[in-house]
Amino acid sequence: MAQFATLSEKLNHIFSKLTKRGRLTELEIKTAMREVRIALLEADVSLSVAKDFIAKVSEKAVGQEILKSLSPAQQVIKIVNEELIALMGSTNAKLEVASKPPTIIMMCGLQGAGKTTFCGKLGMLLKKQGKKPLLVACDVYRPAAITQLKVVGEKVGVEVFEKGQGNPVKIAREGVKYAQSYGFDTVIIDTAGRLQIDEQLMQELENIKKEVNPTEILLTVDAMTGQIAVDVADTFNKRLEVTGLILTKLDGDTRGGATLSIKAVTGKPVKFCGTGEKLGDIEPFYPDRMASRILGMGDVLSLIEKAENAISEEQAKKFEKKFRENSFTLEDYLVQFDAMKKMGGIKDILSMMPGNKLKISDADIDEKKIEQIKAIIHSMTPKERRDPNIINFSRKNRIARGSGTTVQDINKLLKQFEQTKQMMKQMKNNKMFRF
Amino acid sequence: MGFFSKLKEALKKTKNSLAAKLTDLFSRNKLGNEFYEDLEEILIASDVSVRTADDIVEAIKERAIEEKCRDKDYVVGLLKEAIYDKLTAAEPLEICTPAVIMVVGVNGVGKTTSIGKLANLYAKDGFSVTIAAADTFRAAASEQLSVWADRAKVRIVKHAEGADPSAVVYDAVSSVKAKNTDILIIDTAGRLHVKANLMEELKKMDRVVNREFPEANFYKIIVLDASTGQNAYNQVEAFKDDVGLDGIILTKLDGTAKGGFVVSLCSELEVPVVYVGTGEKIDDIEEFDAEEFVDALFE
Repeated sequence: MAQFATLSEKLNHIFSKLTKRGRLTELEIKTAMREVRIALLEADVSLSVAKDFIAKVSEKAVGQEILKSLSPAQQVIKIVNEELIALMGSTNAKLEVASKPPTIIMMCGLQGAGKTTFCGKLGMLLKKQGKKPLLVACDVYRPAAITQLKVVGEKVGVEVFEKGQGNPVKIAREGVKYAQSYGFDTVIIDTAGRLQIDEQLMQELENIKKEVNPTEILLTVDAMTGQIAVDVADTFNKRLEVTGLILTKLDGDTRGGATLSIKAVTGKPVKFCGTGEKLGDIEPFYPDRMASRILGMGDVLSLIEKAENAISEEQAKKFEKKFRENSFTLEDYLVQFDAMKKMGGIKDILSMMPGNKLKISDADIDEKKIEQIKAIIHSMTPKERRDPNIINFSRKNRIARGSGTTVQDINKLLKQFEQTKQMMKQMKNNKMFRF
Repeated sequence: MGFFSKLKEALKKTKNSLAAKLTDLFSRNKLGNEFYEDLEEILIASDVSVRTADDIVEAIKERAIEEKCRDKDYVVGLLKEAIYDKLTAAEPLEICTPAVIMVVGVNGVGKTTSIGKLANLYAKDGFSVTIAAADTFRAAASEQLSVWADRAKVRIVKHAEGADPSAVVYDAVSSVKAKNTDILIIDTAGRLHVKANLMEELKKMDRVVNREFPEANFYKIIVLDASTGQNAYNQVEAFKDDVGLDGIILTKLDGTAKGGFVVSLCSELEVPVVYVGTGEKIDDIEEFDAEEFVDALFE
C-alpha cells in the first residue's frame, strides 16, 4: 500500500472503496480510527489517552449521518476534531484573582520547560493590564537561575525578590510578606525544575504550597514533550492540585499531542501558551487550532468548516433534489458561485483539497470572470434563469447591456452552463457526484 | 559506579514499565497478529516513532514466522537485536584533538549543563579545555556557564549579553589557537529549528570556525531531552541539514522518560548517540553504549 502523508489522505483512501452513502457503519469507523490513532500517536498523544479518546469517539461516530457537503472521510475527521476541541476546553486565559491581595501564582514543571522565561512573560502581561506583580526567585539550585530571573525582571520592568541560595520555602514566604508590605497585588513564584519522580523536590513544592497557599499553581509543559507527558502531569497534579496548564515552545513544528495528554489526565484548563523568544510572546490557548495541529490537517478542517457555513443543510437538500431531477438552473449556478465565494474563492478551495483530488486544480481560474458570470445571471429575468432556452438574440442584447458584457460573453456562459449540466449527468451516472 | 549499573539505575523506571508490559504481553498473547500490534504499541509508548516501531516489529515478525518460532524469550532476543542494529547503524563518533565541539539544540534541553559535564569529563582525562559562551541571548546564560566552568576548572571565553555570538566564537578560537588548547566547546543559544534567522546565526558560527580554525577537528553535537516526543526527529533533521551533526547527547535520562526516539535517529538520520546525561551532578554523564542501553532496557 502506498504511503499517505496526511490523515485525510489515509482516510480518503480507506473510504474510496466504499461507495455506500448514508450513515457511518461500525466497520468503517473501526478502520478509520486505526488511522486516527496512528495520527494521534505520531503527534505524541500518550498511548493510554489516545486509546480512551478513540473509544469515546468511535461510540459517538457509529450511526452518524454523513453531512451532505462532506465525504465520509471528512465526516470522520469532523467528529474527531470536534471531540478533540471539546476535550481541550475553552479559550481561557483568565487567571484567578485572590479575594484578598496579593494573588499568588506558583510555577512548577520539569527542567527546561520554560518556567523562568514564562515568569517574565506573565509579569509583563500583568503589568500591561495595570497590575503590580512581584517575581520571587525560588530556584536556588540551577546555576544562575536567580540571575536569569533578575535579568528577565529588569527587561520587563518587574521587581524581583531574591534571597540568594536560601531555603525556597522561606524565600517564598518572605516574598509574599514583601509583596504585602510594598503594595504588590500579584506574586509570581519561580521554582526549580524537577523530575516528577524526585521525591525531595516534590516535597519542597508541597511545602511551598502549604506555606503561601497559592491562588494559582501553574504546571508548565514543553509542547514538544513525548509519551512521558501523562506521567508528569498526573504526578504534579496529584501532589499539588495544579489549577492550570501553560504550554511553552509552541512556535516550533511539534504537533503538540502532549496537550491532549496533560489535559486528559488533569482536566485543568490551558491558560496560556508561549509562542516565541521575546518576552511579549504570550498568547491565550485556542483549542480549535490545537486540535487541527494535533491531527496535522489544518487546511482540511477549515475547508470542512467553510463548506458547512457556506452551504446550509436546506440548500444542500434542495440542490440534491434538483440534481437528481436534472432541473439544475442558472439560479442554482448562481447559488453555487456564491457558496464558493463564501468559502474563500475557488483557488483557495482547490488549494485546500488534499491530494489534488480534483483534476481542475491546474486549470486557470479567473475570479474576475466569476464576477462577470454573476453579473450576467443577475441581469436575466427569473424566467430566463430557469429556462435559458428562451434567451434569443434580443434578450442576449438586453442582458449584455445590463451586465456590461458582450453577447459573446453571454454565449460563452450559456455554453458553459450546458456543459456543466452534461457533466453532472455523467457524474450522476458514475455515482461519483456526492450531494 | 560504572556506566552499566548507573544507566540501569537511570533506566529502572523505564525498564520496570517496559519489562512489566512485556511480561504482561507474553502472558496474555500467543504470537498472533495482535501480539505484534501490541509489541508495536509498547515501542511507541517509549517514544519510538511509529514508522520505526513498525519496521522493527515487521522484521521480527518475518523472522519469527520464517523460523516458525513460538518462544517468547527468543522473540525478546530478536527485538533486542533489532533495536541494537538500529542504534548502531550510525558511525560512532571519536573525538581527536585539536577539537572544536559546537553544542546545539532547541531551548531547555540542557545544553549548558551538558557542556559543564563534558568539560569536566575531558579535563579529568587530562585535556586542556576552553568553553565559549556563545549563548548571548538567554538571560544569564553565560553566568550559568561560568559556574560550570568553575566547577570543571576550565577556561571560559565570554562577552556581554546581546553580543554577536560569532564574535565570541572568533575570540574563543583565537584564544584556543594561541594557547594550544586541546578542546574548545562552544555553547550556543537554544533555538527552535524552524526559526530561519536563528539557524542562519548558527551557520555563521559554523563558518567562523571553519574559516579561522581549519586544522581543528570540528564536531557538531545536538542535545536532546529524553522527555521529548516525535519532534526530536524534526530537530535532528533540521540541524543536520543546516550545519551537519556528528553526534547526540541524550539528557534527562534520570526520569521516567524513555528517549526511544534515538532508535529512529541513529538508523534513519545516521547520527549516533555519543553521551547520555543521567543526573544534575557534574559527573552525571556517560558514554553511550548501545549494547548496554538495550540490555538495561530488557534485563
